[in-house]
Amino acid sequence: MNAQLILEDGTVFRGRSVGSPKSVSGEVVFNTGMVGYTEALTDPSYRGQIMTLTFPLVGNYGVPREFESPRIQASALVVSEMAHEYSHSAAERSLPQWLQDEGIPCIAGIDTRALTKRLRTRGCMLGKLVIDDADVALDDPNTRNLVAEVSTGAPEIFEGKGKRIVLVDCGAKSSIVEELRKRDLTVIRVPWDYDFLTEDFDGLFVSNGPGDPTACATTILNIRRAIELEKPIMGICLGNQLLALAAGANTYKLKFGHRGHNQPCVEVGTGRCYITSQNHGFAVDENTLPEGWHPWFRNANDGSNEGIRHATKPFLSVQFHPEAAPGPVDCNYLFDKFVGMVK
Amino acid sequence: MKVLILGSGALKIGEAGEFDYSGSQAIKAYKEEGITTVLVNPNIATIQTSEALADKIYFLPVTPQFVTQIIEKERPDAIALGFGGQTALNCGLALSREGILQKYGVKVLGTPIDTIVATEDRAIFNQRLAEIDVEFPRSGAVTSLEEALELAKSIGYPVMARVAYALGGLGSGCCANEDELRERVSKGLAHSPQVLIEEYLVGWKELEYEVVRDRYDNCIVVCNMENLDPMGIHTGESIVVAPSQTLTNREYHMLRSIAIRTVRHLGVVGECNIQFALCPKTSRYRVIEVNARLSRSSALASKATGYPLAFIAAKLGLGANLGELPNAITRATKACFEPALDYVVVKAPRWDLQKFRGASPNIGSSMKSVGEVMAIGRTFEEALQKALRMLDTRPPVFEDVRRILRDPTPERIYAVMAALRSGITIDEIHALSHIDRWFLQKVARIVAIEKSPELAEAKKAGYSDAQIATLLKSTPEGVRAAREEKGVRPCVKQIDTLAGEYPAQTNYLYLSYNGEEDDVAPGSLENAVLVLGSGPYRIGSSVEFDWCAVNTVQALRRMGYSTIMLNCNPETVSTDYNECDRLYFDEISLENVLEIYRREKPIGVIVSVGGQVPNNLALLLHEAGVKLLGTLAASIDTAEDRHKFSRLLDELGVLQPAWKELKSNDDALEFARKVGYPVLVRPSYVLSGAAMGVASNDAELVRFLTKATFVSPKHPVVITKFLENARELEMDAVALDGVLVAQAVSEHVENAGVHSGDATLVLPPQRTYLETVRRIRAISAKIAAALKINGPFNIQFLAKNNEVSVIECNLRASRSFPFVSKVLRTNFIDVAAAVMMGRPVPVQNGSAMDLDYVGVKAPQFSFTRLEGADPVLGVEMASTGEVGCLGDDFEEAFLKSLLSVGFKLPIKNVMLSTGPIEYKASFLESARTLRAMGVNLYATHGSAKFLRDNGVGVTELFWPDEPQTPNTLEYLAGRKFDLVINIPKHTGEEELANDYVIRRKAADFGIPLITNIQLAQRLVEALSKKSIGELQIKSWQEYVTPERTSKLPVTDEEVRPALVASRS
Repeated sequence: MNAQLILEDGTVFRGRSVGSPKSVSGEVVFNTGMVGYTEALTDPSYRGQIMTLTFPLVGNYGVPREFESPRIQASALVVSEMAHEYSHSAAERSLPQWLQDEGIPCIAGIDTRALTKRLRTRGCMLGKLVIDDADVALDDPNTRNLVAEVSTGAPEIFEGKGKRIVLVDCGAKSSIVEELRKRDLTVIRVPWDYDFLTEDFDGLFVSNGPGDPTACATTILNIRRAIELEKPIMGICLGNQLLALAAGANTYKLKFGHRGHNQPCVEVGTGRCYITSQNHGFAVDENTLPEGWHPWFRNANDGSNEGIRHATKPFLSVQFHPEAAPGPVDCNYLFDKFVGMVK
Repeated sequence: MKVLILGSGALKIGEAGEFDYSGSQAIKAYKEEGITTVLVNPNIATIQTSEALADKIYFLPVTPQFVTQIIEKERPDAIALGFGGQTALNCGLALSREGILQKYGVKVLGTPIDTIVATEDRAIFNQRLAEIDVEFPRSGAVTSLEEALELAKSIGYPVMARVAYALGGLGSGCCANEDELRERVSKGLAHSPQVLIEEYLVGWKELEYEVVRDRYDNCIVVCNMENLDPMGIHTGESIVVAPSQTLTNREYHMLRSIAIRTVRHLGVVGECNIQFALCPKTSRYRVIEVNARLSRSSALASKATGYPLAFIAAKLGLGANLGELPNAITRATKACFEPALDYVVVKAPRWDLQKFRGASPNIGSSMKSVGEVMAIGRTFEEALQKALRMLDTRPPVFEDVRRILRDPTPERIYAVMAALRSGITIDEIHALSHIDRWFLQKVARIVAIEKSPELAEAKKAGYSDAQIATLLKSTPEGVRAAREEKGVRPCVKQIDTLAGEYPAQTNYLYLSYNGEEDDVAPGSLENAVLVLGSGPYRIGSSVEFDWCAVNTVQALRRMGYSTIMLNCNPETVSTDYNECDRLYFDEISLENVLEIYRREKPIGVIVSVGGQVPNNLALLLHEAGVKLLGTLAASIDTAEDRHKFSRLLDELGVLQPAWKELKSNDDALEFARKVGYPVLVRPSYVLSGAAMGVASNDAELVRFLTKATFVSPKHPVVITKFLENARELEMDAVALDGVLVAQAVSEHVENAGVHSGDATLVLPPQRTYLETVRRIRAISAKIAAALKINGPFNIQFLAKNNEVSVIECNLRASRSFPFVSKVLRTNFIDVAAAVMMGRPVPVQNGSAMDLDYVGVKAPQFSFTRLEGADPVLGVEMASTGEVGCLGDDFEEAFLKSLLSVGFKLPIKNVMLSTGPIEYKASFLESARTLRAMGVNLYATHGSAKFLRDNGVGVTELFWPDEPQTPNTLEYLAGRKFDLVINIPKHTGEEELANDYVIRRKAADFGIPLITNIQLAQRLVEALSKKSIGELQIKSWQEYVTPERTSKLPVTDEEVRPALVASRS
């Protein structure tokens, strides 16, 4: 079956349909990770996005049960070559099979490098994957409340022996929950707009999630109230942006975002450089940080903000993903840092 | 600050061109910091020993003894041990152990000595890993056979035996039972004080991670690689893929984290390589080894990713912070990142096992390959097929495919294809070979296309036009035409380290049929020249051609040309993307050159500096309408085609050994009987004397003829009279419009019959009549004029009693170009590049006789690694590398060069077996000299009797196949000899079993061996005239003063008009 990827600027890439035979629209982004397609596809932060993988061979190890949420979150997948046969003892089915099972379209056989270069020069844009010439209208996912689509429906408690942590689920990856639980914390996972201040808790954790952070006005207000309580707060990705907004800083949209496993982030002050896993299209504008707040990490490639912290109070957040999954786990220690703060 | 850099010496199996690349990068990095660099490396054919790099170069052995003296003289502040392979590392460890570094206050740059020791000594290594709960194979180090047997029993057979402090897994291997263990351990303990016995991990995946760490503890993994051939096959013998293809995110990052944890714990500063075994079923892992230095894998990773590991490692050794160094490709981002690839890389090893009589045909846990290629594609199929073609070998026909799958030979990948074709299932192939099903699935796809090759699909799967033509019963030209009609053309893709996220500022390129858009605009370079590189290193074509190619590109750049390089060998400097304006890391084939030529529209192509591979394309390219720079294709053909060339010599009245073109076997036999045996059989268009042979009788002749017609079926085979007791000389030269403008005559120490690549070369000649040299020059001038040579060339001569005849002529730069260029300090390639570009050059009178020093080039053999191979010299080349040393006289340069290729002094005990009676007689004087020096001589019955009869004291030993003692074998195994001189009985192929055993055991036990009578005589003379203490520690610059260095003029004004040979 033929498939076309049509970009907002009119560029057309023609390939084969190897997923579900369904046309979709979304924001076209690229991810430079060379492994971890199951984790990435199920990462709620990809909600509404058509994910291009720059590594040309995809699906080699099939689909092992390495999921970050119960379903595929990306709207569609774009690859150069799809492995119809796979080889891995942990795999349960092939990637094309999984995509079909989950109703996710996929185009293969296109020049993903040419596509990536276009996105790099012109910025991420809207696009649509048209399968078998069944056209659909272009639709901007960022006009929807994507966070509401991926957040949990109701509060859920994971009992542990340690302190009580409220995890604001703006589309939390399951690895974040796991990292917290691994450290024996009791995790109270709440919806994005839940008034968690009514809960009895020792620390606040704001998760990753899709889209424009300014769409989460309720969450920002709630975090602002938590800041006043001076309880330890940590944010990841969207959580970093929400904490900054709550503190009074601004965010902006990056030209093509950071999506991959090789983003170098330098810790301000120590000069230590960490290789991080990332997936974000928005960033914190460091220059707007109010007094008392400082940049914590910066991207070594483009200088953009990768984390903030408060000079005296237990508030910190990072733009990258210390839980990795997929990607390097070098910053996993940050969860321990959080545990240290809530003690 | 002054830094001493240790090189790796001659190229050998396990230590090859990758260290020229690493060392050159390091020197560049130091120079950028304003550091004075002193390099020790006797490998004269390398780029790193070129004028423009290190401030001072010592062409001396990389041994503690010589390096100590250099330290004494140079007083460096620091020493770099990580860029010269195991040779440099071992030398550094010895210097540290002996307190030399401490004594002279020499700081070790980068990874500290203690860390190096921890990675080299298995017992310490395992203990260090245990401290951080990192898994390693169950194992133990043993120092005796008894211990080994006991330990193996506790682990359970099969077990792996590894030799400590060995390069490339020397002597390591699987032992299925007690007998095999006994054999291996005894051998291993002969080389090393320690042997490791470990758990055998059959079928586990084998992976490598390249890790970089700075002194501030920033630590990154630049590249991971997966071996297609799983555990059990040495990584140097495996087809390797980057990045890994069958690992999940969890596995990839589990190993990555362990790699980083290990490297931090060990305290590496700079670069290191870590090898893992991973169980495909359980994801359990083992750390196999850590190499705390640049390695073959790191060179491959640098080329696979575009990340200059050696350069960065050198900077980190000086204390740089990874986060502050720039990314060399984007120049916008930082070096502290992990490259994201958007292509797949396949490395394939190149073997030459068939060149070695008696060598085991199997591959396994020790390294035997002599070179490698790297292919880049956007599908695995594309990259794999490119790689296999780049190897320049031919798929064999199999008798028993299953056996090859189980007991692999270099042809295993072809066996997989053959198995798939014959209907053997992927599951069965996997069960026999343990190769992951994913790779087999891909190979199956390649094979499936053979049945119904659709053009575009076949090209995407990496088929060449020629392969498709075979499948479709068409011609390559026909396929090309069809392809062009359908618009099936490759795209030019760029390697940018960031998968397109940031624009690259360098042009590191490859071709792919899996793309729609070019990354660089075609034809956008002004005034460009395309230079073809050497392809994979192999016996007969090695780093010397990389030196030629790189120097050509550098000369072209100085003359103001844009340069495009095409090569596919990751061990080279020519594939460093900074050396040229555009680097195509791709196949050197007619199809590819045409694609690049049509796209880039260069002013021409240079085929004469990359050795035989590009030279063989000359005629085809010319016929396809490509403009060749330099000598005309027709002239190249005349020189290469034995028949045409011999006829030309007849026309010119130049002597040559009697010859005849083969028409039939009867014809050949009749010729041989007429001129008398021995005769030499030589096919056309071949390298390193492939399939050449000296036949002493009818049976041998018939055998060689069959082999020669198989090797070169399209070109004629010529038989010549083989001249015995003739001297051999070489002319390396450059001509402009047929006029010699640069020339050097070197003589061989060995008489004719030893391949020129295996011969010991002397420049200027020391034992040749002036009249002979004069005749050689005159003949060279005649041939140059007749062939209208415009560029580099080499002629080999035979001389007997002042009668000079020509053996062969190559209209390209030769193996000895770097040697003569450096000894004379006149860069022949600079001259050749100017000539090929039509620039005026001064005529050098070519008189090298008035040098007040001597250069000697000696071959390096790797017989030790080639189990079973008979370490004897013949007309087919066997050496894997070479060194070149300078001395005030022949003896000094000769001894330095021998010490550089593994000979050891002092020599106290010599085993003699001097062959036929005439050799025994001619060696008698040398034997007396040895005795006079107090050397103990040992010989078997014949030689012993001869010596005794002539009054030379000798201890008689029994032959290896005799049950009595004292036996030669026990002396060899006990390493009681410092030298074995074993001259084969005749030049023919068959050799007596006992002599073979003596030679082979000498190689196995690492005892220096001489199999040529002239070489033995010269060595004895040299030993009697010079002691090791008299070998002077003098740098290249001290021998060759700048005054005698002739710089090539670049502009017309600089040319002294009287010396200009003007171009018509």
